[in-house]
Amino acid sequence: MRFGEFGGRYVPEILINPLEELERAYKELKDDEEFKKELDYYLRNYAGRPTPLYFAKNLSKDLGMKIYLKREDLLHGGAHKINNTIAQALLAKFMGKERIIAETGAGQHGVATAMASALLGLKCRIYMGALDYERQKMNVFRMKILGAEVVPVESGSRTLKDAINEALRDWAESFEKTHYLIGSAVGPHPFPTIVRDFQSVIGKEARRQIIDAEGRLPDAVVACVGGGSNAIGIFYPFLRDDVRLIGVEAGGEGIETGKHSASLTAGSRGVLHGMLSYFLQDEDGMISDTHSIAAGLDYPGVGPEHAYLKEIGRVEYSVATDSEALNAFLKLSRLEGIIPALESAHALAYLEKDESLRDSIVIVNLSGRGDKDLGIVMEVIK
Amino acid sequence: MIKKSLIIFIPAGYPRKEKTVDFMLSANADVIELGVPFSDPVADGSAIQKAYCSAISNGFRLKDVFWIVEKFREQSDKKLVLMSYYNPIYRSGVRNFVERAFSAGVDAMLVVDLPFDEAGSFLEICRDLGMKNVFLAAPNTSEDRLKAIDKISEFIYLTSTYGVTGVRDKISDLAFKALKRAKNTCKKPIAVGFGVSKREHVAQLFSAGADGVVVGSAIVRIIEQFGESADDEIHDFTEKLLS
Repeated sequence: MRFGEFGGRYVPEILINPLEELERAYKELKDDEEFKKELDYYLRNYAGRPTPLYFAKNLSKDLGMKIYLKREDLLHGGAHKINNTIAQALLAKFMGKERIIAETGAGQHGVATAMASALLGLKCRIYMGALDYERQKMNVFRMKILGAEVVPVESGSRTLKDAINEALRDWAESFEKTHYLIGSAVGPHPFPTIVRDFQSVIGKEARRQIIDAEGRLPDAVVACVGGGSNAIGIFYPFLRDDVRLIGVEAGGEGIETGKHSASLTAGSRGVLHGMLSYFLQDEDGMISDTHSIAAGLDYPGVGPEHAYLKEIGRVEYSVATDSEALNAFLKLSRLEGIIPALESAHALAYLEKDESLRDSIVIVNLSGRGDKDLGIVMEVIK
Repeated sequence: MIKKSLIIFIPAGYPRKEKTVDFMLSANADVIELGVPFSDPVADGSAIQKAYCSAISNGFRLKDVFWIVEKFREQSDKKLVLMSYYNPIYRSGVRNFVERAFSAGVDAMLVVDLPFDEAGSFLEICRDLGMKNVFLAAPNTSEDRLKAIDKISEFIYLTSTYGVTGVRDKISDLAFKALKRAKNTCKKPIAVGFGVSKREHVAQLFSAGADGVVVGSAIVRIIEQFGESADDEIHDFTEKLLS
């Protein structure tokens, strides 16, 4: 239930029972052959797994290393989020729930949740910070087209953390018939474990694929970290290998400006959203406002397993700024004809900052595609 | 600590710390429950969220909580329960926070998002320093958990319904069932809160066996409406709750 000292279940008493119910159901279901078959069926035929591990030869030449991209951007919906939403929606059905609620920042998890809910005939309500609701209109519309109700959250900083607050409030009232489908490897136990397990398909495939392609393991695996679901998903199957694992947080306008979302790099221990982890907060324990050009990284905390992996030194955590990410976004588009999500562009940006990666074999988790970011990029580069 | 007691919740620093002391003194209450503002109060409905948010953006600091308690203690010996989320306590250092609260005059602490299974070291420190504890119980809390909560709580704060704090029209059947069950299982007094806002609510709950009732969001609404001059309104409202 904990990762070292991190994680836990810091929730009001009313949520203990639903979390225990979820834990029991998950234990029962995760190794069930029928469930695994059904999930595998949807992942292959609906979501588009396995995703390719693509050797990016032009970018490799440009940066002087062998770069493989794990193409989660090619999944249905355009991001890795669908791996988790289909699986949790099946779990919800198994538990007899009729309704799904979820939080979303940029809208990718909201869209993936709306898709899985439509597919499996579940009612769906998505909470979205009012600020995000405004700046991600197209994703709001996508969710609505998919049959979801989208609720803008006006409280607090009106972003992702407030959407999570509101989803938790809804769940405290509705848990009897509702499953809270958390989108990142965050929240009270057992959510971080469930999300990690369902996202680990990324790393399992990548590990097999790199051995097929290179006959050996990579020297490093790099992924962006907001809450940390795509990162933990690709890292987890490599944890016992002699492979460098590097998580890249959102440096925003620079750590020194205070306008960033790098909770592992610049935050401190705290308790929020049911977990003990690292958070950006003031000395009174009030949670700070965050900033990133990538809405999906714009969160003041991080999953507890990442906090643990940092603590024991198994994973290195670094940052890339808005402008570094933007440059990587443009570079990959021009060199490889692939427009990455601004989130994933943070992982790409790191490659240029680490001299020691030269001449090595690196896998980058391309967690999503960049179509959703075109509006933001247009604003910045015009 | 409670016996047919009216427990009145006041959010600290709303609209400013000096007024919080006045409101605490003007409330007709047996116990005052002082709410520590937090940026992300997930167990609270919109009224208390707004109050906390407004306090924080007006520059309220954690040290002001202790100031309020000290000022209140200069003029009143009523029981005082401090209600907080865990992060401000954790961030301050648990021992440091509990020490300051205790020496300012807090009788008991209720930490909303710290269920007893996570409260090990917090409880030890409280015991060490003489701080009493109040834990939440809910209508869906299992018998085993109720028993565990009973052992460590000064009194039990039973949330009357599913969901978050806020004014509700009536006390649900769920609340009366939960109260009956808790009274059967627990030895400690039971206070009922969440959605309690009217005289008839209070009367119904007392006659159903509640040892205390907590009124919160209704008070916050009064402060929202009357601002700095809410003292008399709070006094009248809380007096009528028992009439």
